[in-house]
Amino acid sequence: MNITLSIIYLIATVTFVIGLKMLGHPETAKKGNLIAAVGMILAIIGTIFLHDFEVPSINYILIGAALLVGTIVGWLIAIKVEMTKMPELVSLFNGFGGASAMLIGVVEYGNKVGDAMQTSTVIAAIAIGSITFTGSLIAWAKLNGSMKDIRLPKYNLLNNIVLLGLIAFSTYIVMMGGNHFFLIYILLFASLVYGILFVIPIGGADMPVVISLLNSLTGIAAAITGILYGNMVMLVGGILVGSAGLILTFVMCDAMNRSLSNVIFGAFGGGGDTGGIAAVGKTGGTVKKTTASDSAILLNYANKVVIVPGYGLAVAQAQHVIHELELLLTSKGIDVSYAIHPVAGRMPGHMNVLLAESNVDYDKLIEMDDINPQFANTDVVLVVGANDVVNPAAHNDPSSPIYGMPILDVENAKHIIINKRSMNAGYAGIQNELFFNQKTSMLFGDAKAALTDLVSELKNM
Amino acid sequence: MNELLEFISNNLELIYILILAIFIGVELIKNVPSVLHTPLMSGANALSGVVIVGALLVMLQANPKDYLSLGLGFVAVVLGIINVIGGFAVTDRMLQMFKKKK
Repeated sequence: MNITLSIIYLIATVTFVIGLKMLGHPETAKKGNLIAAVGMILAIIGTIFLHDFEVPSINYILIGAALLVGTIVGWLIAIKVEMTKMPELVSLFNGFGGASAMLIGVVEYGNKVGDAMQTSTVIAAIAIGSITFTGSLIAWAKLNGSMKDIRLPKYNLLNNIVLLGLIAFSTYIVMMGGNHFFLIYILLFASLVYGILFVIPIGGADMPVVISLLNSLTGIAAAITGILYGNMVMLVGGILVGSAGLILTFVMCDAMNRSLSNVIFGAFGGGGDTGGIAAVGKTGGTVKKTTASDSAILLNYANKVVIVPGYGLAVAQAQHVIHELELLLTSKGIDVSYAIHPVAGRMPGHMNVLLAESNVDYDKLIEMDDINPQFANTDVVLVVGANDVVNPAAHNDPSSPIYGMPILDVENAKHIIINKRSMNAGYAGIQNELFFNQKTSMLFGDAKAALTDLVSELKNM
Repeated sequence: MNELLEFISNNLELIYILILAIFIGVELIKNVPSVLHTPLMSGANALSGVVIVGALLVMLQANPKDYLSLGLGFVAVVLGIINVIGGFAVTDRMLQMFKKKK
């Protein structure tokens, strides 16, 4: 290999490590992302120009066209997307990466006949690439809300049989040796189907974990293709993503107090029927409704207010109004902070991004472990569009699917105002007894409209 | 079995790199605050777009008469570069919002 190219790959690999490291600290994250991006672009340009084989000009033209099309599309999607759609987008991009690895595998199968080791690498690239491709698309559709959870009967058993079948079939192809394109297409098809089957039963609330896992798999697929070409930048880059993604997956599972196998095999609401009945029986109390002016009075005479934002806030695009409310209350001498649950929004840290977008001061966002002891001396908690992360069932109802998940202990506060559009259950599909608590008043309505009313009432006081 | 041993002895360096890279990846991410999980996931996702290097190699080495390889390679390059450019751009946009206000 060209020595200049090798050095470029080496530099790119180092930028990946440094970039990933810097992405882990709030002050350096932005720079880290740019450093990794520069390394990636260097690697791409180097690959195109610094090789030592003859390349017909038509191939160059096609490569140029492909890069141009993809760059424009990727760029447009990235600058247009709303911040609330971020998890879907990551999932979609990830699927594209997987598809790319899959296609490389399909093409290279024809070129690498004979060597059992190379054949198994190609097969692994095809299988993992296609599983991440369709899996990510399903995750994307679910987060979009365009697809519901579908559980085929005995889906765990079914999925495991398909997975074992895939492994057995792959081994068979390797053992056979030789060139069997027909078998490869069967493998491709089976892997694509498995990707769908694997993600389809997993509940929407667990999607972030799944995306992180699929992200890790794409990294592994990239690393495998790297082995195929003996290409270090692909190998190291892919493995970094693979192991980082896996750790991130476990960190997220921890935040929800669930194990990975529980997420994948014990899909949320797996025992949905019994859970549903129990919830209905327990939550038959009455709900206290309130109005914007009553809530405004409550807030006006408080000393300490904690805002609990959830995904509902983001959907209603109410990040800006809530910031206005926060500033207004602060100007009246009230201590205001935001309680951020680790999985608020649709992804860990998603809520922080959304609030940062509307210029909320970083220091006002308090993480769960720090804010929980403060609820006892909080006068008013304002819950906007959050549900599962404040559901006391996580503490006291062992039959609840979210039992054991750490939550924000808002029920310790003196007053709780909950803004919600209706009495519908949360994203995880579980009823919330907090709504029936005596200290709770429900402020029904769209988050943006309700908060705007609240702000104007407060201004008149 | 012999083939496996042969593979290991031929690729010993590769295996060392593989194992060390796994540990680096784990160490880099272990203590990241949850605030940064979303941008981190998005950034790591952009990095996995490194697979585009393979897609480029496919296209560079393809015989211009081999329409299947060229066509599949073309799609692989497009998807890979969307992953790279879109991933980095969107991560940058997200992190832009975290910038400390003076």
